[in-house]
Amino acid sequence: MSSETGKSQTVDPAPLIADTTDEGILLRAVNHAYGELQTLAGIELQAPAHSVIGLVGPSGCGKSTLLELVCGLREASAGEVAVGGATEADQRLARCAFMPQRDLLLPWYSAIDNAALALRNQGMGQREARSAAGALFERFGLAGFEAARPAELSGGMRQRVAFLRTLVAGKPVLALDEPFASLDAITRAEMQEWLATALRTDPRTVVLVTHDVEEALYLCDRVTVLSARPARIVAELRAPAPRAEDRDAAVTDPVFVAAREAALRALRAGSA
Amino acid sequence: MRRWLLPALLLAALLGLWQIACSTGVIAEALSLESYLVPSPTEIASSLWENRDLLAENAWVTLQEMLLGILAALLVGVGFAVLMHRWRVLRDAAYPLVVASQTIPIVVIAPILVVWFGYGITPKIVIVALICFFPITVNALDGLRSVDPEAVKMMRSLNASPWQRFRRVEAPAALPSLFTGIKIAVVVAPIAAVFAEWAGSDSGLGHLIQSDTAYFQVARQFATVVVLSALALILIGLAALAERRVVSWR
Repeated sequence: MSSETGKSQTVDPAPLIADTTDEGILLRAVNHAYGELQTLAGIELQAPAHSVIGLVGPSGCGKSTLLELVCGLREASAGEVAVGGATEADQRLARCAFMPQRDLLLPWYSAIDNAALALRNQGMGQREARSAAGALFERFGLAGFEAARPAELSGGMRQRVAFLRTLVAGKPVLALDEPFASLDAITRAEMQEWLATALRTDPRTVVLVTHDVEEALYLCDRVTVLSARPARIVAELRAPAPRAEDRDAAVTDPVFVAAREAALRALRAGSA
Repeated sequence: MRRWLLPALLLAALLGLWQIACSTGVIAEALSLESYLVPSPTEIASSLWENRDLLAENAWVTLQEMLLGILAALLVGVGFAVLMHRWRVLRDAAYPLVVASQTIPIVVIAPILVVWFGYGITPKIVIVALICFFPITVNALDGLRSVDPEAVKMMRSLNASPWQRFRRVEAPAALPSLFTGIKIAVVVAPIAAVFAEWAGSDSGLGHLIQSDTAYFQVARQFATVVVLSALALILIGLAALAERRVVSWR
């Protein structure tokens, strides 16, 4: 019964076949295994340029592996992974900026030097990199904290610096691995609103891994529900009001609540 | 204040007891010794003052041996740790040998090194370096390996070359652990230097202690020990100070 619900929520594939040659993502029949342990089974994904897709699934199902695969940090055992039309891992890596689960700000650098890390890696001088990253600090509510060490920042600020670091890399695709998992509920809601605003003003193709169905349905255009390991797709849901300006109204809307319940049912069916 | 005051008071009390024990002659009597063989703190202090030139001269020799030995261990140890970190095969091959090499008693090879390198400063530097090499290498390697694999992935996706990953993530992450190794090395370096001098030398604090034994110059031996401890304490203090300056994020 529940799997049928999942199917009924599956989005019509027609509008998804969009231009994936420039900045979109395409996964075809992707399998992955660590030795004997199969983690991904027949994953099909498609994300048009500037769309936000969510991956939800039970803990340890292979969501993070899938994300690393997209980023070119791993190779698939079988199938095809293309980012902006490129299938080579190196080229995928060049197109994706990966934001790991924990903020992983480097404690020996100030907030601004952490944010400017990608620019420094690209060979930009310190002063130039700082002014380029610093231009975004105000917009991200971090003005005045440029010189602060990560230990001096709050959890929400640290996540914002980490996101800024990912954004500053200037890559077309952002791969976010449970970016707000470590935050308390209030800060998390704030950060979701903040990310929604950031993506409205600076659209990117985003793959968001999360175990929070509500977060996925609020932030993403589409949400893919994965089963327990080996992960396969159990449902694909279209979000009713992606990144709506009024988050509280959006997530309490009956259509949103229904979508959330459908996602949870699919998640439960997939975990069984 | 309390941090300094209490140990200082305890030290003063112990020295006072020692002084009283010497002036009443209880220790010498208990050990059936002539009283000049059991010098009091004041006698040691006056020996320290009378022999200041001799002690300074020999302290300089031992200090050079320690510093150059630690420096050599630091260069070779950190270099080796980086190579072992970079090449897994090398680590798998060499690491067990590095650990096993610690079972070789340095006392035994010190005379061999004197045969090879002569009575000059070279065998002392080699012995100090051999002893300091282990804590530095092992701690540096531990530090390099402590880097979060997620941070490496993050850096790769931010276009970092292997060198940039090393310079911006792995090397700074290894520093606290490296300093732990350096502090251990600094503590054992004086022992190594004294051993090295005992194996064959014509100067240094270890040599001075050894030659004073022959002439029952016990007060000056104690004075030499005081100088040696002071040198070690200064080195430890400097290492801790350097750590605080360098590892500023802790």
